[in-house]
Amino acid sequence: MGTMALAATMILTVSCKDGNKEEAAAPMSNEMHQETMGDDKDMGMTNGQDAKAEAILTDYFNLKDALVNDDNGKAKELGNTLAQSLKAFDASNYSANEQSELNDIIEDATEHAEHISESDIDHQREHFKILSKDVTDMVAITGTDKKLYEQYCPMYNNNEGGAWLSMNKEIRNPYFGSQMLKCGKVQREIN
Amino acid sequence: MKVSKIIAWIAFSAFVVIQFFPVQYNQSETVPQTDFMLVNNVPTTVNESLQVSCYDCHSNNTEYPWYHKIQPAAWFMEDHIEHGKGELNFNEWSTYSDRRKNSKLRSIVNQIESGEMPLTSYTLIHSDAVLSEAQQNEVIAYMKQLKDTLNQSN
Repeated sequence: MGTMALAATMILTVSCKDGNKEEAAAPMSNEMHQETMGDDKDMGMTNGQDAKAEAILTDYFNLKDALVNDDNGKAKELGNTLAQSLKAFDASNYSANEQSELNDIIEDATEHAEHISESDIDHQREHFKILSKDVTDMVAITGTDKKLYEQYCPMYNNNEGGAWLSMNKEIRNPYFGSQMLKCGKVQREIN
Repeated sequence: MKVSKIIAWIAFSAFVVIQFFPVQYNQSETVPQTDFMLVNNVPTTVNESLQVSCYDCHSNNTEYPWYHKIQPAAWFMEDHIEHGKGELNFNEWSTYSDRRKNSKLRSIVNQIESGEMPLTSYTLIHSDAVLSEAQQNEVIAYMKQLKDTLNQSN
């Protein structure tokens, strides 16, 4: 009986290891994909704007929309996409001070995006809150050609409150989703 | 009966074979200058709680249990420690940016509050690593205070 239990444990361990390998293979293909996409973005960088920062923003908004729609699976996927865009960010065109600030932001944001790619929706929202601060601080340095609204819901996390960025003035709450879709107000307009 | 005997033998031989697979041990004699306890003024009780309940997986030095050399337990631990250190390594605290420290402190508080940490799979064997409510409150209060100080200095 004991040996049988051991056998079962080992089979489980082995299958876990295999699973890990497959997972590890997936981001690789993503990275390669990312590289080719990065090239396209560089070519589009004619107006002096930082295309890689814009890509991060786009991914962030897609992620936000998934959370608004209470879509855990989609948010996982988009968390991963965002993590890839964050890793592709290049701060070398900025001043030394800005570079160190940006690198801190990107490092922190990447961690949150990665966690979002593997968490349940409550955790995703917790990470999204800090991620939103990171992205807001990033935009303060990189600028953007988008018009943005910083929105705020005072009720999130037992009235601790939480802010996020949106391209639309209308409130669609990523922290509560359908539970309280329109809770919040515009706190600040960017651009 | 025969089939089960064969399976048992295969399982047993596999068990013997995996004992020869090497494992990376997480052990270090010295505590680096960047350690959480060395750069912060941590109260003794909190220090103890962290050492007993967190440092096995969140630092460069694990106090291994007696069965740590037996597979597949060793793999299981190796995996946990690697992941744990990736998330948070108290030994490298002062190398983290303020932003990252903030994120980490927040996660520490959240995960202790929700009972996610220390992991159940860990406390199942290390019963001394279970944080009592008083210990939890102490650690949480300290981490919150540290977070506030951090935010004030910015």
